[in-house]
Amino acid sequence: MEPVLQAKGIQKYYGSVCAIEHIDFEIYPGEVVALLGDNGAGKSTFIKILSGVVKQNHGQILIDGKPVQFASPMEARRFGVETVYQDLALAPDLDVTANIFLGREILRGGLLGRLGFLDKREMRGQVAGRLDQLKVSIKSVAQIVSELSGGQRQAVSIVRAASWGRKLVIMDEPTAALGVEESAKVLDLIKQVKARGIPVLLVTHTLPYAFDVADRIVVLRLGRSVADLRADETDTNEVVQWITGSKTVDRIAELQGHRG
Amino acid sequence: MDNIDGRLQTEDSQTVPAAPRAKSRAWLKKLGDFWTLGILVIILAVFGILQPSFLSVSNWFNTTTYMTETLLLAIGETYVIITAGIDLSVGAVEGLAGIVAALVMVALEPHGATFAMIGGTLAGMLTGVLFGLLNGLVITAMKVTPFIVTLGTMGIATGLTFILSGGTDVVNLPNQLSNIGNATVLGVFSFPTFVTVLCLIAAGIMLYQTRFGRYVYAIGSNAEAARRAGIPVNRNLIKVYTLSGAIAALSGILLLTRFATGSPLTGTNDELNAIAAVVIGGTSLFGGRGTIVGTLIGAAIISVLITGLVILSVQPYWQTVAIGVIIIIAVWIDQFRHRMA
Repeated sequence: MEPVLQAKGIQKYYGSVCAIEHIDFEIYPGEVVALLGDNGAGKSTFIKILSGVVKQNHGQILIDGKPVQFASPMEARRFGVETVYQDLALAPDLDVTANIFLGREILRGGLLGRLGFLDKREMRGQVAGRLDQLKVSIKSVAQIVSELSGGQRQAVSIVRAASWGRKLVIMDEPTAALGVEESAKVLDLIKQVKARGIPVLLVTHTLPYAFDVADRIVVLRLGRSVADLRADETDTNEVVQWITGSKTVDRIAELQGHRG
Repeated sequence: MDNIDGRLQTEDSQTVPAAPRAKSRAWLKKLGDFWTLGILVIILAVFGILQPSFLSVSNWFNTTTYMTETLLLAIGETYVIITAGIDLSVGAVEGLAGIVAALVMVALEPHGATFAMIGGTLAGMLTGVLFGLLNGLVITAMKVTPFIVTLGTMGIATGLTFILSGGTDVVNLPNQLSNIGNATVLGVFSFPTFVTVLCLIAAGIMLYQTRFGRYVYAIGSNAEAARRAGIPVNRNLIKVYTLSGAIAALSGILLLTRFATGSPLTGTNDELNAIAAVVIGGTSLFGGRGTIVGTLIGAAIISVLITGLVILSVQPYWQTVAIGVIIIIAVWIDQFRHRMA
């Protein structure tokens, strides 16, 4: 099977500071991959590259095997890569429907549409359908976002990303601001998104969450992708060792070098 | 993983006080939606009791026509404030557009009154559009805050008004102008009121029903989210300020039809009334919230108050005192609601 998105030899410098030295990454249809790593490992920079916010200095991104370049976040989205940002990029005064369709409003047909008139009923209907499919319980699609709980807001962000992310949905610490109960709901939602065949790249600091939803765990350390593990073939211990660097590719190579 | 424990604690401390807060929040929301209408009714009743002629037909015309001055500016200001901006230049632009229109009408009159009136109207509107465009461009391209930019253009417009008029009234406007200005439409509206009602309806529909209106709210609610959603934030902000400038110019031209004289003093301090009307109407200075209907009620309160004080022969100097007090109370309530939300 071909990876839906592939990143090869990604490198990123900020001036003379190396944020990413070398990252290889791939994700397959319907897969949830957890991206783990200590602070400064390059997680944020890497997802910024994938979502078109910053450009890599070296390396290639391929979607369905074809090389692509994201000049802007908008372009990444046009290729079907959606990002759920940590700081909840929602408009709190708008309702759920308006937020999910923000920037992608459906207009009415005919002359009214050409004048920019919104087809509110159509959008509400579609949002209701999507909330239903993903089993999100929100009282009304016309509810104002500022009246929702943190978990519900995160659900709105995820539903929005899942609605438009044909190729990949990136989630940057979607549970960071949430309590345990709400986090569990978000994890369930990620499973629902996966069940609909949309690949998810989950950035998280919380290992149990990674093991709960991920098929695969990719560990970054000091700007390198150091481990790519199947979640059912590894355990917390091993992953922690990779994250902290007590288990490294380099050291093995080093040892081998010494031996030879 | 110790952060899970940390989260458990914050979770607990957050959920406990949620219930009573939600209750008072809902109550405040209801209050916020209706308190202005209630105040309008109370003011009307008080003036009606103190001076029964206040509720007469002729005073309806006076009050509504007077109201158009504030209301038109307030319509544009509503859009601007929903984007979390402010336009202090509307009063000055209203005055400048009026003077430009008047001067062009006088200059063109030898070529026919109708031609002169059309030419003057276009010149006045163009003035407003250019000033609005200037506001929008400086705010978005040079990233200067709207308060400072429009304070600057307010000064520029006021200065130009006096330079162009030489500080004196522009007279000898086409006679037909006051015929139009004092005409009655549909039996209940003066011509300026009628035009204002049309603008009000159009502005309301545009705000609630179109994509542009949706973007106005989105930008005011969270400009960064709007940007990330691919909304051309700057272009929409420029549109909003241009709209505000254009509608201010329209107001200046309508004043011209009422008085058939272009006064360089027109529009002075009108931005205060407009902003007051918008804020009383429940539009949040923090952006993202506001309605045209609210602005209508806000403008009505101010106009009724002022014409009422005039009818009661209160010294006119008390008018700005009253508006000042109302502004502060309205903003205080806005902040209170914002904190609760």
